[in-house]
Amino acid sequence: MDLTYTVLIPLIPLFMFLFLGLNYKRIKEPLSGYIGTAGLLITALLSFYTAYRYFFDFGKVDEVYQKIYAFNTVWIHFTESLHIDMGVLLDPISAVMLIVVPLISLMVHFYSIGYMHKEPGFTRFYAYLSLFTFSMLGLVLATNLFQIYIFWELVGVSSYLLIGYYYEKPSAILAAKKAFIVTRFADFGFLLGILMISYYAQTFDFKILNDLDFINNLKMQTGIFMGLSVITVALVLIFIGGAGKSAMFPLHIWLPDAMEGPTPVSALIHAATMVVAGVYLVARLFPMFYFFDDGFALHVVAWTGAFTTFFAAIIAFTQYDIKRVLAFSTMSQIGYMMLALGVSGYGGHEGLGFMAGIFHLFTHAMFKALLFLGAGAIIHAVHSNYMQDMGGLRKYMPITHITFLIAALAISGIPPFAGFFSKDEILAAAFEHNFPVFVIGYIVAGMTAFYMFRLYFRIFWWNEPDYKHKPHEAPKTMTIPLLILAFMSIFSGFIPFSKLVSSDNVPFTAHINWTLAGLSIGIGVIGILAAMLFYKKEKDLSERFRYAFGDFYKWTYNKFYIDDIYFFVTKTIIFKYISSPFAWFDRHIVDGTMNGIGNGTVWISTKIKKLQSGRIHDYAMFFVSGVLIIILIVWFSINY
Amino acid sequence: MISGISIYEILTVSTIIFFIGIYGFVTRKNLIAMLMSVELILNSAALNFVIFNKYLFPNELGGAIFSIFIIAVAAAETALALAIIINLYRLIMSLKTDDLETMKY
Repeated sequence: MDLTYTVLIPLIPLFMFLFLGLNYKRIKEPLSGYIGTAGLLITALLSFYTAYRYFFDFGKVDEVYQKIYAFNTVWIHFTESLHIDMGVLLDPISAVMLIVVPLISLMVHFYSIGYMHKEPGFTRFYAYLSLFTFSMLGLVLATNLFQIYIFWELVGVSSYLLIGYYYEKPSAILAAKKAFIVTRFADFGFLLGILMISYYAQTFDFKILNDLDFINNLKMQTGIFMGLSVITVALVLIFIGGAGKSAMFPLHIWLPDAMEGPTPVSALIHAATMVVAGVYLVARLFPMFYFFDDGFALHVVAWTGAFTTFFAAIIAFTQYDIKRVLAFSTMSQIGYMMLALGVSGYGGHEGLGFMAGIFHLFTHAMFKALLFLGAGAIIHAVHSNYMQDMGGLRKYMPITHITFLIAALAISGIPPFAGFFSKDEILAAAFEHNFPVFVIGYIVAGMTAFYMFRLYFRIFWWNEPDYKHKPHEAPKTMTIPLLILAFMSIFSGFIPFSKLVSSDNVPFTAHINWTLAGLSIGIGVIGILAAMLFYKKEKDLSERFRYAFGDFYKWTYNKFYIDDIYFFVTKTIIFKYISSPFAWFDRHIVDGTMNGIGNGTVWISTKIKKLQSGRIHDYAMFFVSGVLIIILIVWFSINY
Repeated sequence: MISGISIYEILTVSTIIFFIGIYGFVTRKNLIAMLMSVELILNSAALNFVIFNKYLFPNELGGAIFSIFIIAVAAAETALALAIIINLYRLIMSLKTDDLETMKY
């Protein structure tokens, strides 16, 4: 069976990027939008077809999903054992990503035709979107660690370009730089991890790295570092890279600022696809995470996820910028996925957490993209990011209102919407394996419902402010993606995910634990009712609570001053006490030596250049006197 | 062998000619005069060749041939130098070396 055509899946967006990027002056709005969307439609259809065939046609051999190299070629050949490959890997999680990434990307492409209308650099925007889609597909289809690293950096670059899309705005440039530097800093850990693993394993290849016999062999051979296997240390380092991309505490500081980018970008990159790359990475190396040192690295993942999900949920309570609320909610939900992977066991029903994490990744992509696109429609209508400028919008924007409500219900875990099923599986997995983490997850489920409905009621109910222009419903290009995503948010929960994705690639059956489900629905409903009480009508109840919490509120509103701590550490400590002495040394000692040599040469030459007077007599005199001196020397040396 | 005249006297003559040439070359400001001084230096060298040939190896002709060679080279060199001088004169209407300082540092 020939699967070489799968190469086209990432290559078509790459072609679109080059085509639109090189012709950005010739192709005008809206033609570039149509071209980009058409290209992505082809990619999406190919991806869906491939994913469908993988799951229902050729993927399963003897009831086990295989890892299939649809395409693999040596990209850089160093030696027989050391070479970097490029290829297309098909397995359950990459097939799931083959549905998520092109689908969301297609929606965003389509939506942007309306949203980016009359923006300067429309074609540039589509070129960047194509570049991002190419990089993300390359990442999810990577056959080896090095390929994933290359595309990992490429998505970082596309994210940088898209956050800084409004490059005339200083805040956007700063946000882009911040995102790039923070994730790049984390990627340094990733690179170290890759080098360590490949040094011990002698391969980059995922098929080999995830092979259980191979892992058992590797366990025998590797050294010990600080009481842990070296591979565990490497895995933790790799997780640092994943934490950077997935905005896990304490590397989350770039994500809220990344909201400076256009809203469709936030929906695509900073909600649905790129930020889950860290989750994907952990899932990709899951057997290694699980089997080394009894899953020490996996515990790190679980607790980082659990802490982040709680931390971000608290901050989301107090933010007024609707995109920032969604950004913190994204952090919180990614923390949920990490937590799910972290509490997972290996094989069969034990691996429920693994399946739940990927499931939540899938459903979250749908409803979070929907929330962001809905927020984009709202911002489009009221020309503001802030809740204070909104209220009562349900009358003006019925489609946005309904779809936003569906998404909010989905993220709050209310059946039958998608979020309920995935969240329930996560809570069930946590309940079985790690009770403290379960408690955190359970509380956060209620908090999620509260802050999502705070957002919902504050935007669509509350009291109307004085609108300068009457808000209007978004154009069709924007509402159609909303409706499609709303459809997905309702029904994607019914996909029998445990039949498709599992930690050991053997399908199993997951049941809904109705006790737990009842509890989680209960806390979700409590959260929603509380939000309704606070925010449905305009009143000062929330103000009074704010004063009651006092300093804690201030802390939360300022995101626990994490940004300021970073600022203090980098500026005051590193720049002042480490970099400045180095800079002084460089400027005065290193440069001084080199400048001294140069200046000395110049000084000497100005002194002796007078010798070259241009007068023939002088030259003749020098020549003759030189000869005479030599003669004298020779004469004396012979005679005495 | 020239009777009554030893090699020392003739060498003295050639040395005097040589240093007259050097002196002229260093002190004269006119290019033609300097060229003439160079000719003096060359002639003193040619004279030395002939004398040493005559007094030390009377049966051989190497020194004499070399002096003819020097005369030929001097002729060629003079022709070349005169061509340069004429061109220079056309260019700057002067033959004073003080006017030819453009090639300094």
